[in-house]
Amino acid sequence: MKGRIASTVFAAALIFFAGYAALFIAPDERTMHAIQRIFYFHLPSWIAMFTALSVVFVANVAYLATRKAKWDALGVAGAEAGVVCCTIGLATGPLWARPVWGIWWTWDARLTTTFILWLLYISYLLLRGLLDDTEKKATLSAIFGIFAFLDVPLVYVSNRLWRTQHPQPVILGGNGSGLDPTMSKVLLLCVIAVMGVMIIILLDRYRLERLRHEFEELRQEVETRSIAPASILGKEST
Amino acid sequence: MSTARAAAILLAKELRLEFRTRELLSATIVFAMVIVVLFSFAFDPTAAESRRYGPGLLWISFLFAGSLMLNPSFAREQANDTLDALRMAPISPFAILSAKMLANFIFMSLVELVLVPVFSVLYNVSLAGVAGRLILVLVLGTIGLTVTGTVFSAISSHARMRELLLPLLLLPILTPLLIGAVEATASLLVDQPELDRTWVALLAGFDIVFLTASWLLCDYLIEE
Repeated sequence: MKGRIASTVFAAALIFFAGYAALFIAPDERTMHAIQRIFYFHLPSWIAMFTALSVVFVANVAYLATRKAKWDALGVAGAEAGVVCCTIGLATGPLWARPVWGIWWTWDARLTTTFILWLLYISYLLLRGLLDDTEKKATLSAIFGIFAFLDVPLVYVSNRLWRTQHPQPVILGGNGSGLDPTMSKVLLLCVIAVMGVMIIILLDRYRLERLRHEFEELRQEVETRSIAPASILGKEST
Repeated sequence: MSTARAAAILLAKELRLEFRTRELLSATIVFAMVIVVLFSFAFDPTAAESRRYGPGLLWISFLFAGSLMLNPSFAREQANDTLDALRMAPISPFAILSAKMLANFIFMSLVELVLVPVFSVLYNVSLAGVAGRLILVLVLGTIGLTVTGTVFSAISSHARMRELLLPLLLLPILTPLLIGAVEATASLLVDQPELDRTWVALLAGFDIVFLTASWLLCDYLIEE
């Protein structure tokens, strides 16, 4: 418990400092000026999202291989954290694109892929909500999660062939690319801060799911024990 | 019993069941036609626009019709718990799944067989010269649709609101298939039709990825 509070306070302090650094320490960008600062949260949210969704895939495969409930809990925790990060990315993207590209949205490969990704993992969470049986829920949502993950490269390739507008990678994009050293440091800080927050959300959600599972097991045990005497006494038994 | 033989027997059962009433097929064909007709009211396309939007319209109607048609594939086994009986049979789960995939592929192909000529007449798009290549695109697209659709039909059959859930799960997954199939079909409707191999490769890739995944995961999919 102490560790959890300490880590949450640390992550909150880190994200606060990252916000300060992005707004006041990072140098002004030559052409885009202030609006470019949204980049310090846009890119880290994508990195955090891909990390979270990779966790989902690993958890899905591990669940089918081992049938341990903890992997199912990790899967749903990762999917929720990933959807949150994806939503942040999808919200900050258009805010940045409007002043710079002149449009809110474009059907470019990366934009479309992440939008489909967002829909796929929301479907994953909806599917879980609509399955009642605990084991069925875990197995079937793991199968869907694996299919969704396999679909991501296909969506990307198909959109890439179709059309693309998003800028080429600036940071590792070969000659003429690269960031100002201060920008890189601020970016690294922001990546660490956003990842920290994502991991804390993920772990908390994981604990919550484990507790729910435990509660459900105990409730079922109480039910099976109490049915017999209740029916003998003629009290309400369901 | 070999998996192929078991699948053949189950396929015959699926076909017999459907052709006794033909209710699924007729409803799906009419539904797809409704979409094709509504599109004409919504956009009122000229001849040139028909060629431009036709492939998209055709595949959207196949995807929507398919996502509704695939729903009973597993759901109708639940009325008398017949899937449990199939599971108890000493056959591999892939035989059950592949029989359903094949049956759905046949049903969907029949829907397309009716709908493509109707589309060609209603939108004045001549398909005579490209029939062979169009069939290749249709087959590749339909394999992808029915493979993923049958698996998701098995998933959604256990859920509440399954009629709404299946399109919700299926349609986003099919995005690459839709882009590939529409672009490949569009390359056949221009003045000098030449099949775009990139898109055919994408469709084939989609089919292979999900057919392999279904084969690997079908033990988990069809279990108690």
